[in-house]
Amino acid sequence: MTSENIDGGKALIRALEKEGVEVMFGLPGGAILPVYDPIIDSTIRHILVRHEQGAGHMAQGYAQATGKPGVAMVTSGPAATNIVTPLCDAYLDSTPLVVITGQVPLAAIGTDAFQECDTTGITMGVTKHNFLVKDAQDIPRIVKEAFHIATTGRPGPVLIDLPKDIVDPNNPRSELDWVDNPEMDLPGYKPEKKIDLSEIEKAIELIQVSERPVFYVGGGILKARAAEALRELVEITGIHVVTTLMARGAFPDSHELCLGMPGMHGNYTAVTSMQKADLLVALGARFDDRVTGKVDGFAPDAKIIHVDIDPAEIGKVRKPDVAINGDCRLVIEAMVDLLRQQDAIQIDRSEWKSTISGWQERFPLTYEDSEPGSRLKPQYVLEQLRDLTPEDTIVTSGVGQHQMWTSQYWNFDHPYTWINSGGLGTMGFSIPAAIGAKVGNPDRMVWAVDGDGCFQMTAQELVTATVENIPIKVALLNNSYLGMVRQWQDMFYDERFSEVFLSDDVPNYKTWAESMGCVGIRVDSPEEVPEAIAKANEIEDRSVVIDFRTAPEEHVYPMVPAGKDNSSIVVPPSQGSQER
Amino acid sequence: MKKTQANYTILVITVENKFGVLARVSGLFSRRGVNIKSLAVAPTDKAEFSRITVDLDIELESVSLDQIINQLDKLINVVEIRALDPAESIERELMIVTVEAEASQRDELVDHLDKVGGKVLNIGTESMMLSLVETSSVIDDFESFLSDYGIVELQRTGRVALDSL
Repeated sequence: MTSENIDGGKALIRALEKEGVEVMFGLPGGAILPVYDPIIDSTIRHILVRHEQGAGHMAQGYAQATGKPGVAMVTSGPAATNIVTPLCDAYLDSTPLVVITGQVPLAAIGTDAFQECDTTGITMGVTKHNFLVKDAQDIPRIVKEAFHIATTGRPGPVLIDLPKDIVDPNNPRSELDWVDNPEMDLPGYKPEKKIDLSEIEKAIELIQVSERPVFYVGGGILKARAAEALRELVEITGIHVVTTLMARGAFPDSHELCLGMPGMHGNYTAVTSMQKADLLVALGARFDDRVTGKVDGFAPDAKIIHVDIDPAEIGKVRKPDVAINGDCRLVIEAMVDLLRQQDAIQIDRSEWKSTISGWQERFPLTYEDSEPGSRLKPQYVLEQLRDLTPEDTIVTSGVGQHQMWTSQYWNFDHPYTWINSGGLGTMGFSIPAAIGAKVGNPDRMVWAVDGDGCFQMTAQELVTATVENIPIKVALLNNSYLGMVRQWQDMFYDERFSEVFLSDDVPNYKTWAESMGCVGIRVDSPEEVPEAIAKANEIEDRSVVIDFRTAPEEHVYPMVPAGKDNSSIVVPPSQGSQER
Repeated sequence: MKKTQANYTILVITVENKFGVLARVSGLFSRRGVNIKSLAVAPTDKAEFSRITVDLDIELESVSLDQIINQLDKLINVVEIRALDPAESIERELMIVTVEAEASQRDELVDHLDKVGGKVLNIGTESMMLSLVETSSVIDDFESFLSDYGIVELQRTGRVALDSL
């Protein structure tokens, strides 16, 4: 074996190339400088962001849209702390990321050196794992381990903290013998689970005798690339499906067995079918509080089958009757195999089906049209956007009312077309996530649906989009307020609006967009909406921001008030007198 | 002397013997608001692994104990973890203590020390240093006996334990 002497910086970039990294998002600075030099000669495309948080969310958008791990690289200190939010976001939404941070030289660690922070200490609770590299020779192995950990088992973010002296070619500590295929040393990491077939048999028995079953599908289906297998399971059993906020698109909304999103702002049928079910089959879902409402009152009559790759999720919130620890795709395939060997399902579920269709008829999503001359209804804007864009459009969103409306009103028929910040609820997620998604799918249309509060948190990344030629489209639902907080103050704080009004006229989003190299359009009336969307769709050479002026008093319905059980679901006023 | 009902929880965790691993393990307890009573860490017979014995001094509900075990097991550096059943394991703890003891008090003190199987490590003009390896409850009793003499300085290691044979 020939040995080759290289420096740590080159080794890092070469190791990333070997992992198949095609694109990375980042921003250089003092401690990471030596690693930026070899990027000039690398095949990896580096996208220079305007804020490190943007780099992290772009890597998330890229990862969620492509299924490949997202990679971001930033310097030490404030850059590292700026990327903590995306790390935590990725941790909660199980997004595979590898984040590389610069660090002060080994000898300076612990001395309060310039731009020093305890990056591995700070990120310990928000990463699946992190590494502080102390020897340049470890770089090839640690990079390999980082990608392995990020992408296997339950995916998640991994951070590599690189002290400057071990990557600086002028420092002898940076020398190493390049190892082409280093051996990983992870004796405590065993992501492969052996699926217990006897538990699968028990699950099938429960499914066969249940009268009111529901598949409760979470983001794990998407992580496991299990959408096709799920469809087979659903069609062979004829059981209805709810797709959580993290699983929108995992099962097609237009399928007759799809009930849509459950949870705090889920539709009435999805929420109530879970609540009345006698069996919930949780597939890659984690019984999040936004789905269960008050846990004690959640689906009181339901037996639970819980399938998850992470053993720590099983029984965390609700004790299952059947627990299956394993990869969702493999488990579902085993279920389908077993079902195929058995006779057709005999149990008569016609009453349950007609109950469900009764709810669907009485409690559809609904809103009142806007009065002439008043501000746009956000739901109307989203319906137009949904109907006027290609069906495989990738949609990202920020956090708040616009996020809930998008999840409710969009028609997600394909997996990996919906990218949002579910667990952490990070405002400002949509624009950088859309940029990352577009980088991974340059031929697809990518729309970021955003609120005006969110937009002002990360809009500067539209400069990145322009300069790096990554054209995205932004539908800004601008109601001049922090809308979701306003809604809670309206409903639960006696309409006392504390610190939620942003402004009616500043910033000027049209000229702001233009100053960032985008096309800016302002839309005030319903008639202008389709035309503006059509115009945006035609623009392919740069990003577009449409400032839709929407109604601040609009509420997201239905809503399960925080702390209440899901039977307390509040429907829109127009449905208040409907028989439940 | 064997207690009929244990009021403590012992976790035995085999980890990679690397920097930062103890912080990851102990951090997981602190982030969940669980107080660790004592913690013993040392390399095992294999130098690349360490064994951590955690004494939680409370009997956790099985649900939250399973949850902590599952979440600790997710730590990449944790190789193996399990709870030791107090009824099925042997535990010991070491205490070393310096206690005030005039010459006139020493016979009584050493007599009692012999009864519990302790040792005299060092003798000064007005104090003695003693050691005792016993179960934590015996050490608790002996410690309160010593408090009448006046404890100058004391260190206990916390429980370590192995499965009964």
